[in-house]
Parts: sequence; C-alpha cells; structure tokens
Amino acid sequence: MAKETVIQGAVSRDGSPVTGYVRLLDAGGEFTAEVPTSPEGGFRFFAAPGTWTVRALVPGGTVDATVEATLGEVAEVALAV
Amino acid sequence: MSRNDVLVDADWVQAHLDDPKVVLVEVDEDTAAYEKNHIRNAVRIDWKRDLQDPVRRDFVNQEQFAALLSERGIGNDDTVVLYGGNNNWFASYAYWYFKLYGHGDVKLLDGGRKKWELESRELVAEVPSRAATSYTAQPQDQSIRAYRDDVVAAIGSSNLVDVRSPDEYSGKLLAPAHLPQEQSQRPGHVPTAANIPWSKAANDDGTFKSDADLTALYEAEGVDLAKDTIAYCRIGERSAHTWFVLHELLGQANVKNYDGSWTEYGSLVGVPVALGTAPGSPEGGQQ
Repeated sequence: MAKETVIQGAVSRDGSPVTGYVRLLDAGGEFTAEVPTSPEGGFRFFAAPGTWTVRALVPGGTVDATVEATLGEVAEVALAV
Repeated sequence: MSRNDVLVDADWVQAHLDDPKVVLVEVDEDTAAYEKNHIRNAVRIDWKRDLQDPVRRDFVNQEQFAALLSERGIGNDDTVVLYGGNNNWFASYAYWYFKLYGHGDVKLLDGGRKKWELESRELVAEVPSRAATSYTAQPQDQSIRAYRDDVVAAIGSSNLVDVRSPDEYSGKLLAPAHLPQEQSQRPGHVPTAANIPWSKAANDDGTFKSDADLTALYEAEGVDLAKDTIAYCRIGERSAHTWFVLHELLGQANVKNYDGSWTEYGSLVGVPVALGTAPGSPEGGQQ
C-alpha cells in the first residue's frame, strides 16, 4: 500500500450479486488487468493513484464506472448491471 | 493456414462435446478453476506441473510430453481444442507447445473460458475418463522457439515484440501486480523491441480481433510483417498469445516465441537493456 491504492467493490443486478469478470482500464482506456469475480460478485485491484475505469462483464451485460484512486485509501465501487 | 483452421467458436465446441475424436483441454493459470467446473468432457493440462520440467527451467521433453498425452487419452489423430482463463493466455501457450511437439490438429476456442461463461453455457464438475493412448511426440520444432542468443542477434535487425504492459516495458514494474512475482534482476526491455501489449489483439470478451484490425495494429507500431519476428513477455505465456496472432492468424512465416522471456533476459550478464517508453537504440540505456 506504500505506493498503491486499492480499488474494490462488487457487481450486482437488481440488488443481487452477479458473477463474471471485471477489467481495469487506465485513464487512456487501455487494458491494465482483469479478474474473475468472487461468488458474491466481489473484485479487488491494486493500482497506482489516478483515474481508472472499472468495467464489469457479466452474462447479458456490461457496465463501466470511473474511479478516482487516492494513495493510502481504498476506493469502493459498486457496479450495477 | 487460416483462421478457420486454428480457431473454433463456442457453437462448434457445443456441437462436438460428445465427438470422441475431439478432445477439449482446459489450461489455466489458476489451476483450481478446472476443479470447480469446466466444459463437459474437457480434460485438464496443468501448465506448470504437466508442462515444465520439475528440476531444470525448461519444458518436459519429447518422451515426457508423449507420456502426458497418452495418459490423458489424447491420440495423434485427435482434434485438440484448447481453452482457458486469462483470455486464453495459457491455452495459447499450450497451443504453441502442442505445435512444438508436432501435434497435427490443434485449435483454440475463441474467447476461451470467459466467453463460454458470459454466454451462460453449461459447465460441469464431473471429470471425464478417457482411455489411455500410445501418443508419439515429434522432436521439438525449433523454428517456433527462440533462445536468448536469438534475441540478442535480433536487436536492431529483426522484429522484437514485447507484449507486456507499458509499465513492465518501461521498467516501472517487474510483473503484473495481480500475478505471482517471478522476477528478473533488472527491469526494462530488449533494446529496439516494440511494445504491443497482448491485450490490444483481443476484444473485451477474449476473442481475437479481425485479421484486418490485427494487421493494422502491428503495422502501426512499426512491425514489418515481412521480416522475422520474436515475441516475448515475462515467462512466455502472453507472448504465446501474440505468437498465435502473428503466426497462426496472420500467417507470418518466421515467428518465434521466446519462452525465457524477461525473467531470463533481465537476469543476463553482458546484454543491453533499455529503460523508458521508447524502443531505444541497440545499445539500450535510459531514455
């Protein structure tokens, strides 16, 4: 955590967890990382401070959210598909 | 060789799930994924335990590969369809490996496990049993494998394609943050190598981009597709994905995957290393 931030959250549909994949894109929209979600739709990335896009890919849908990640803090993001 | 010879889509796999001459093989970085579930009738190959020599840093040899495929019930005349997680990184690596040992008919499932899951197709926990075969592997096809001396000789003359992320290429990171940190002694890249991350060759759902888009991608980054090419990454799995694009999809004649990749090159004594975002001169150094 000395040089990085944590971006984490969960993916849901109509209030219920949904599983799939979450991609982390940099400020230029380029792919940086991808993780499968936990069974509860959860995800976590370690990333440098800055502006990121988090994109959920789940059956039947995709959704983006922009996140500001600040050094030493955990950025929480809820993705509703 | 064309796209239809080396790639199949999920509908094709669905239609061949019970075809005894088609063997589905899941290959993952997360080796627990298969145990949770997998495409029905798929067998597993563990990229580390099954494909790496347990002592040396090298592949299993011709006899060991033959024994592995025999035990998994794969015959020389079977159609092997590989798929996996991480956008088919390790499935591409296994594809290259099957080609290295001369398997006749091997294909990738376009989009891998992710696309299959996103389409909500069936996954099962049941492990199939396949009767053992007597598989015969060929000697390694060295025309698709690069060693460190090949890489040094290619600096400033052939295409070198570094498919890692920009931060790994420039020397900020030694490994992607979410993966095990097998590391080199030094950060940076091979001087004169272009940085074309593997991810630019794939769509969000893990499928490969069109041939026209792929050709435009490499040409825009200064890769002369008429010249010989060596692709590398950190341990050779992401670069197998790019090797697949250049050699199998675009039909470029002389493309090699450098499986030693940055974990070897970045630990060599006496070779030039470049730092920064530019390919740099053959002598390397900080730019």
